Amino acid sequence: MRSREYKITQLIAHLFCGVVALMAILPFILLIIASFTDNAWAALNGYSYFPKQFSLEAYRYIAIQWNQIGHAYLMSFLVTGVGTAASIIITTLFAYGISHKEIPGMRILNFLLIFTMLFNGGLVATYYTYVKTFQIKDTVAAVIVPNLMMSAFNVILVRNYFTHSIPASLSEAARIDGASEFKIFGKIIMPLSVPIVATIGLMSGLAYWNDWQNGMYYLSNRGGSKYYTIQILLNTINENIQVLIQNASKAASIGVSVAQMPSTTIRMAIAVVGILPILLLYPFFQKYFVKGITLGGVKE
Amino acid sequence: MIALKKKKQIPKKRMSWRHVLPFYIMTVPGILYLLVDKYIPMYGVMIAFKKLNFQKGIFKSSWTGFDNFKFLFRSRDAWIITRNTLLYNIAFFIVGVTFAIVLAVLINELRSRRASKLYQTVTLLPFLMSWVVIGYLVYAFLSVETGLINKSVIEPMGGDAVNWYQDTRYWPFILIFASTWKSIGYNMIIFLSSIVGISPDYYEAAKLDGASKWQQIKKITLPLLKPTIITLLIISAGQIFRTDFGLFYQVPKNSGALFSVTRTIDVYVYQALLKNSDYAMSSAASVYQSFVGFILIIAVNKIIKKTSPESALF
Repeated sequence: MRSREYKITQLIAHLFCGVVALMAILPFILLIIASFTDNAWAALNGYSYFPKQFSLEAYRYIAIQWNQIGHAYLMSFLVTGVGTAASIIITTLFAYGISHKEIPGMRILNFLLIFTMLFNGGLVATYYTYVKTFQIKDTVAAVIVPNLMMSAFNVILVRNYFTHSIPASLSEAARIDGASEFKIFGKIIMPLSVPIVATIGLMSGLAYWNDWQNGMYYLSNRGGSKYYTIQILLNTINENIQVLIQNASKAASIGVSVAQMPSTTIRMAIAVVGILPILLLYPFFQKYFVKGITLGGVKE
Repeated sequence: MIALKKKKQIPKKRMSWRHVLPFYIMTVPGILYLLVDKYIPMYGVMIAFKKLNFQKGIFKSSWTGFDNFKFLFRSRDAWIITRNTLLYNIAFFIVGVTFAIVLAVLINELRSRRASKLYQTVTLLPFLMSWVVIGYLVYAFLSVETGLINKSVIEPMGGDAVNWYQDTRYWPFILIFASTWKSIGYNMIIFLSSIVGISPDYYEAAKLDGASKWQQIKKITLPLLKPTIITLLIISAGQIFRTDFGLFYQVPKNSGALFSVTRTIDVYVYQALLKNSDYAMSSAASVYQSFVGFILIIAVNKIIKKTSPESALF
């Protein structure tokens, strides 16, 4: 028998969760609708869930400006791909090394890793070092190297996985059979670590895709714009929408005047393009993502 | 001699150089990265004690002792950015955790698996977005000329358009809302995984004693979430001097009129460094943040080690 209390609990739960879920999703729906709204109508009546006039002009303009926006999009994919791959390699190798605490020096490396979570030089010192010492400004390394390549947090997750979830007897057996340590790492450890590698890969992929701060610090409008990712472009448009007209001469040659840029709706359309891959891939990676959060939530 | 000593300490057979060398090689890329990204910049802390000439470099610039800090703390900014940083972090924690717990408890009560999955999926979505994109979402609602709230809500009802990005009154609320909105799904999953881990025996026993649903939540679920809450509290307390730069930079669109309520230490450092090229003030604020933050983490950990050692961070 379903009691009155059961029904009331279900009702309250659905009501509360439903409201939170709506609040989570509604802004995205406004963003998408706004990007399909007629620019003149939006400029007059504002962004609306129920625009009277729809239009594809924002996307048409993106297509015309594709050599700029598409280039940023391509950079986003490249940076995310290269950065994530590098991050996975560095993180797993380092984690595997320091998981062998019996080897002299590994405890010190553990400490040096954790210390970076407690203390850092701060933005000014980091900025100065990258710009002055490493001369990173307006190079491709600017969007890949600083801050994102190896997170101490991810190293600890992977290290704990190596220590607790992979039986030492496996690598011991391979060692007796004469396998090299690199072979053991590549052929035994990594295949057994697919879940954790997927998790940290996702975390770092998301961090690279969403990053705009490296671009803001280390890329200048003039020399660095060829390394703009879509997020950096979005951040730059915020300050000045005119950057979209930088290669206006090219657009003009195709027969579109600069004044025709649908400035009210185009920003929303570019944001839609920027979040599209996340929206499309989210259903597939949600499982690993949730796993990453719960792994991080519990202490080692 | 050294090799002999080592052998004595660690009697394992494979502790010879040939056997451990591969492990050292594996850590080399990570060590290099730690050096480049974390440890070499640490010497840059010296900038705060120097009158930096960018051309000359750190070492050739002249020392000024604590002058930079004196200037910083004599300005009103030091107090405002410290206050904002601390108060926002406290508010984010209280509001964020409360809503996340309510959401997790209620999602756990749902009998329909599909509904539960759907709510989890949707509420986690904002967490995947960058603050730039969230800045655009907020702009769609708050833009003075084209925002939904002014154009579709206030003006049709005969009100005057609100100049959202100029009026400080609304921003503490907006920022707390934005922070909670982005993090609620993430925190919900942490709490939900703790709730799922609670043994069903407790609830069975409570039901036999005739406890209502609300009593079960109050007497079983919430008390058993306490360790999770404490862990999160410790982590937040250690981070209380740091803020999410993106939130305070992108959501208010770096609007100058709002600085008194949106400027935290991170925002101040950014503005002083990249907008004003003021190395004195930015490095002083940056080092102030690093050191106080470091002391706080150590202090919090000390306290925790005394009261509940199992929750200590290190």
